[in-house]
Amino acid sequence: MKKIFLSLPFIAILLCCGCGQKKPEQLKTSELKIGLVFDVGGRGDKSFNDAAYRGLERGKRELGVDFEYIEPGPGADREAALRQLASRDDIGLIFGIGFIFTDDITNMAKEFPHKNFACIDYTVDFKKVIPPNLVALVFKEEEGSFLVGALAALITKTDIIGFVGGMQSPLIKKFEAAYVAGAKYVNPKCLVHIGYAGVTGEAFKNPGKGKELALGQYAKGADIIYHASGVTGLGVFEAAREKQKLAIGVDSDQYHEAPGYILTSMTKVVDNAVYDMIKAMNEGTFQGGRVITFGLKSKGIDYVYNENNKNLIPDDVHAKIEDLRSKIIAGEIIVPYQ
Amino acid sequence: MKYYKTSLLQLIGPLLALLLSFLIGGIFIFFVGRDPILVYERFFSQTLGNAYGMSQVLFKATPLMFTGLCVALSFRAGLFNIGAEGQLIIGTFLTAWVGFTFNSLPALVLIPFCLIAGILGGAFWGAIPGVLKAKFGAHEVINTIMMNFIAAALVSYLVINVYAVPATIHTPQISPASELPRLDFLVDSLRGSPANVSVFLALTASIFCYYFLWKTRWGYELRALGLSRSASEYAGINIGQRTIMTLALSGGIAGLVGSNFVMGYKHYFELGFSEGIGYIGIAVALLAKNHPLGIILTAVFFGILEYGTLTIGTFVPKELSNILQAIVILFVLITSKLINWWIRQLQALTAIGNVHA
Repeated sequence: MKKIFLSLPFIAILLCCGCGQKKPEQLKTSELKIGLVFDVGGRGDKSFNDAAYRGLERGKRELGVDFEYIEPGPGADREAALRQLASRDDIGLIFGIGFIFTDDITNMAKEFPHKNFACIDYTVDFKKVIPPNLVALVFKEEEGSFLVGALAALITKTDIIGFVGGMQSPLIKKFEAAYVAGAKYVNPKCLVHIGYAGVTGEAFKNPGKGKELALGQYAKGADIIYHASGVTGLGVFEAAREKQKLAIGVDSDQYHEAPGYILTSMTKVVDNAVYDMIKAMNEGTFQGGRVITFGLKSKGIDYVYNENNKNLIPDDVHAKIEDLRSKIIAGEIIVPYQ
Repeated sequence: MKYYKTSLLQLIGPLLALLLSFLIGGIFIFFVGRDPILVYERFFSQTLGNAYGMSQVLFKATPLMFTGLCVALSFRAGLFNIGAEGQLIIGTFLTAWVGFTFNSLPALVLIPFCLIAGILGGAFWGAIPGVLKAKFGAHEVINTIMMNFIAAALVSYLVINVYAVPATIHTPQISPASELPRLDFLVDSLRGSPANVSVFLALTASIFCYYFLWKTRWGYELRALGLSRSASEYAGINIGQRTIMTLALSGGIAGLVGSNFVMGYKHYFELGFSEGIGYIGIAVALLAKNHPLGIILTAVFFGILEYGTLTIGTFVPKELSNILQAIVILFVLITSKLINWWIRQLQALTAIGNVHA
């Protein structure tokens, strides 16, 4: 009897789906759509993933290209989600958002040679060939992190600044290393407190932990904190507002998350990168098998300096940072990334 | 006759729960501006309507069988093992470590070696709270939870700082000799599906647990422990030893998760791949009333929910799917309790009429 009872939920499911016999999807194929699979953080991080989403919206607004997206869970979901989108006839270009897609999207590009793929933060391995229908979009976050590090070290009054990372991982370590290098470059006696929210993907969506880390660093004398931690960073801003200190945003211009408390943001034009790919597909000029690098030079990486935060950055400091920018572009400064 | 009636009642219960929860979910879907019927049609046709979908469900169900068994086994002995998450991380990491370290061994040796490493890793991680409970009376709920954090941090350190392939968060590939074949070897239409033969290992584990619990002396003692600690102590059962053994065995089963993800699918250990599997295992076990064979079905049920969530990912936000999942679980649990109570009432009534009942 017990066994019968136990089998019931399953039988119930089977009965339920009896009425859900599948029908082939009847959608117009006249216009190709965009498919996009988000990173673990998913939409609503007001930073990396949302920047990608803005690119999609712009594509729809300016080019009339419709899109669909999936927020996957951990593990095998990424590949399944990519395949789900790639196997649809009405989707022509599929994005993977985040370095973690590298292996999955390479395999999918090989499996679906007639579909186009693009991956943000693709980990380029020079020993492997990028499939001819896949574009690797790579950002030199270290260049921007170096600049905001220098900026923080020039603005700080205590000679102590902070860094809050999301998941302890090679990607975020890159932000940290360049930020510290930038600070030490202009102000060798500047001390940098470093904290990470965790060791799993959850660390990118934990504002409570972000706030806790930031409050700790402010208490230890830091007056500017740079975060590279997705949604977790919202907690850093909360702490800045509470303690009347400054914070530095990441990926998108995060000024509006805490107006007046955001010194600047290290921006990464994920939105433009996404938009450019959509445009290329729309115009039939999409060309895969290559790496497109975004850095200070192409303004793919930048820091925010506009009406909102001009009053926080003195002119001489701004001039100094611009000088560093041209030195990095000219190759006079080699930014470390490890 | 009576048997027939009760089983019919028990069939209606979960069915009603499912219908009701899908109805409520439908209202939610309607409010985010989607057609509930379309979404549900897609949900079921993509999970159960074709071989690929079903194999994805099996792939999702496999680790849940292991963690479900892990929780259930402990529960049968009266222990709340919340540590499946940590036990599986340690076991899985060791499986991968053996796989990429001893890469000159032939498959016949390496595959069992990988599996045994997983079992031992999980068992070791389970045994620690077991020892703490047996020797010092420290509560296993707190200890197993704490061990989860330690496991996550430890493995994360080892992967990132020692073993990671540069610029990734995964270990090197395991030796091809330690790979388990995928199910697309059997059926061609499963091409691309991650489902692999580890599902048979999970089924074997379920049958093993059933046999162990009801056909062996140790299993008997374990269940006796769960029914009453003091009575079993009085009966001469070595409580401390059985506690450690139970948690170690539970952990060992959770440690087999690596057979699915590492040996059967990705062929490397990736940080964060298992987020939540250990905790869903608790729901899998509870829904199956901690019965090893029932866990096969409830794991498949959760597999459908998990993969179904992904298939409707383009229509409804992930948060909504998660709400839907939670509603289904709640309703099924509640109605099964209600129906059982109702059945007991009915049985009591019929017992008055039927002397031999």
